[in-house]
Amino acid sequence: MTTLAIHNGRVIDPALGRDGVADVVIVDGRVARVGPGEGDAVVEADRIDATGLVVAPGFVDLHVHLREPGFEYKETIATGTAAAARGGFTTVCAMPNTDPPLDRRSAVESVLREAESSGRVRVLPLGCVTSGRAGAELAPAGELAQAGVVGLTDDGDAVADARLMRHALEYATRFGLPIAQHCEDPALVFEGHMHEGWVAARLGLRGRPSSAEETLVARDIALAELANAHLHIQHVSTAGSVALIRAARERGTHVTAEVTPHHLTLTHEEVAFGPGTRGASNGNGSTYREIAYHTSAKVNPPLREQHDVDACIEALRDGVIDAIATDHAPHAVSDKEIEFDLADAGISGLETAFGASMSLVHEGLISLPMLIERLTSGPVGAWHLDQRPGLEGLGALSPGALGDVVLLDPDAEWVVDPEEFASMGKNTPLAGRTLRGQVVATVCEGRVVHAMAGLAI
Amino acid sequence: MTTETTGTRQTGVSDAPEPVAAPESPQGTSASWEHDHVLDLDDFTTEEILTVLDLTDRMQEVLERRIARVPALRGHTVVNLFYEPSTRTRASFELAGKVLGADVISLSVATSAVQKGESLIDTVRTLRAMGADSIVIRHASSGAPYLAARHTNASIVNAGDGAHAHPTQALLDLYTMRSHFGDLTGKRVAMIGDISHSRVARSDLWGLTALGADVVVCGPPTLLPIGLDASQRPEHAQQALPPVQIETDIDRAIEGAHVVMALRLQSERQQGGLLPSLHEYALHYQVTAERLARAQPDHLLMHPGPKNEGIEIARDVAAGQHSIIEQQVTNGVAVRMALLSLLALGADGTGAATGEGGAA
Repeated sequence: MTTLAIHNGRVIDPALGRDGVADVVIVDGRVARVGPGEGDAVVEADRIDATGLVVAPGFVDLHVHLREPGFEYKETIATGTAAAARGGFTTVCAMPNTDPPLDRRSAVESVLREAESSGRVRVLPLGCVTSGRAGAELAPAGELAQAGVVGLTDDGDAVADARLMRHALEYATRFGLPIAQHCEDPALVFEGHMHEGWVAARLGLRGRPSSAEETLVARDIALAELANAHLHIQHVSTAGSVALIRAARERGTHVTAEVTPHHLTLTHEEVAFGPGTRGASNGNGSTYREIAYHTSAKVNPPLREQHDVDACIEALRDGVIDAIATDHAPHAVSDKEIEFDLADAGISGLETAFGASMSLVHEGLISLPMLIERLTSGPVGAWHLDQRPGLEGLGALSPGALGDVVLLDPDAEWVVDPEEFASMGKNTPLAGRTLRGQVVATVCEGRVVHAMAGLAI
Repeated sequence: MTTETTGTRQTGVSDAPEPVAAPESPQGTSASWEHDHVLDLDDFTTEEILTVLDLTDRMQEVLERRIARVPALRGHTVVNLFYEPSTRTRASFELAGKVLGADVISLSVATSAVQKGESLIDTVRTLRAMGADSIVIRHASSGAPYLAARHTNASIVNAGDGAHAHPTQALLDLYTMRSHFGDLTGKRVAMIGDISHSRVARSDLWGLTALGADVVVCGPPTLLPIGLDASQRPEHAQQALPPVQIETDIDRAIEGAHVVMALRLQSERQQGGLLPSLHEYALHYQVTAERLARAQPDHLLMHPGPKNEGIEIARDVAAGQHSIIEQQVTNGVAVRMALLSLLALGADGTGAATGEGGAA
């Protein structure tokens, strides 16, 4: 019997409505007891002193690219899950745009096997909507469901064909799987490389208009209503999308949604003017005189405008958006340190997700318990992950639930140094920036999978 | 053609160059120059632009000498690194470098968006390691010269990057206009055509507005970039792009213009669904004599070239009395001479560059 006792932290467990100083006792990988003094009652245990720290359920990320198999030069299951652990995530949902893509049982099983042997945290793969992600024929959803996928997506690309999308939604209902859609209409995206707006006009770059996202969100909501199916909108980025999702949820449509930390905190100005975060100016006092082409801020869907950021935050607060998901998209230097239009899109986001999102808490836009909810029971509830065999109680610290815990210091300031990332992807627009809010330790099924130096264990 | 004349000039050099006198400060104006690279005109002050134009005047004098050659950049290596085909810009840089006595190498690199060959960073580092002092880059990707500039201490000159910028073309446009008007303050300049994809228009906008001109751009709505109109920008970003009037009606754009500039229309815009047909484009946006009647009586007609006569510009006006299209080409050499010497020698060293006073 192995026992881990986490003493004296401020336990925030949004699903159970708990917020107060308590001990968390994990026995053989499962939560045994949570309460004041419970740790002291245990005679023999590994112990962590969490005094002054926040203790919460391990984070759950609905959107991560682990790149294995096929793109191991960008990331592997081992390095990606190590990055997850450093970011406080104990469960990551792996996108199927690997090579080969996860469009058949054998491919899913091989990812699960590799995760079992080299994964630092839990990996829940998604399967493809269409065979080979080609957008032409449905992938075998039933076979994929049996292999253990938690959803279906052609992420990276949208399922562009409306009829195929309709049938994918209909078919998936038989297996209770959400269809997670990357909403960007390829015809409207055309050869765009960033948000279509004044920054793109200044840089002479072709734009990806907000309407490329909004037309597919609108279409897919209509299709989900037709099919009476579960549609999940990935990485919402525009105010227009938020309005569509809000209206659909008010109608009772089964649509869930996620937003990334970068779409909650950064705008398209980041591409040209560097540190350009919230607020009226671009943050570094620039007079917009000098430009750059920051490929680290190239991401799909692109960073948008401040009113889009504001709408996403509001939707996160209102629950119109269920979850913060990173869309962790690691790339090699050779994919990023090149011409902007040739560079790959994506941000390595697992290790900065908490610190970046905490800016919303520090600015008083959402509360800390709500932020934690959107990183734990929010995503779990969106996809009913806690109803899967073996995942009972996921996202909460109820007795018998998986012993997934994160220890957080909401006020610790740290400087983002990508060279310290566990991820092979050093591609982040936050390099060199100071974040306030740090993951101190991560426990997955009772095992400490990440701990900062100096933590008393 | 102008390039031929210039070419003859320098191949004819056999006797000794005219003497070069000690540096002299330029006529009264205080020269201003703070650039390691020339990437676009957005980070040029008005004074810096004037510095370039004043020096161009003196380079023009050099070119008019019997033996147009000065040793200002002797021992200096200029590499033209062209990832896109170009005749006039490349020839212009080659001549500029040679007139100044630099060693000039031109490289044409075949490339396509799908095929990533040797990376741009590796290439410029390699060229620098071989001794390149200035690297002139023409590239299909917007921002490519910025990438190069971040990774080398050679001077990078942007000779056209994607749809973004073409600062040397803009400077020669400014120079050409200034040589006719003296002062561009309050002059109305109308640019007609594919604004979205025009690097010339973008750079001209910065330069013209810095010199006080009023700019109107005009094209079909499908070829006007979103965000160029100040009303499409938030309050804090009003200054992030130059002030410009936007028109879709060519007659309104040309009305009262001192300068009308027709921009090249790429035929692929039609395939891209941006235009119904070239005929339709010509019908509504071709610069014609009839339309130019609305401009100022002494207006200038310009085109950055190469032009599609009969599409964006009527043949008769392209060759007409208001056309200064050939002067643009001629002035290109002197402007590039001015830039190459400013980058190599700084504002103080440019007196020597022209061998000022030597011919007197």
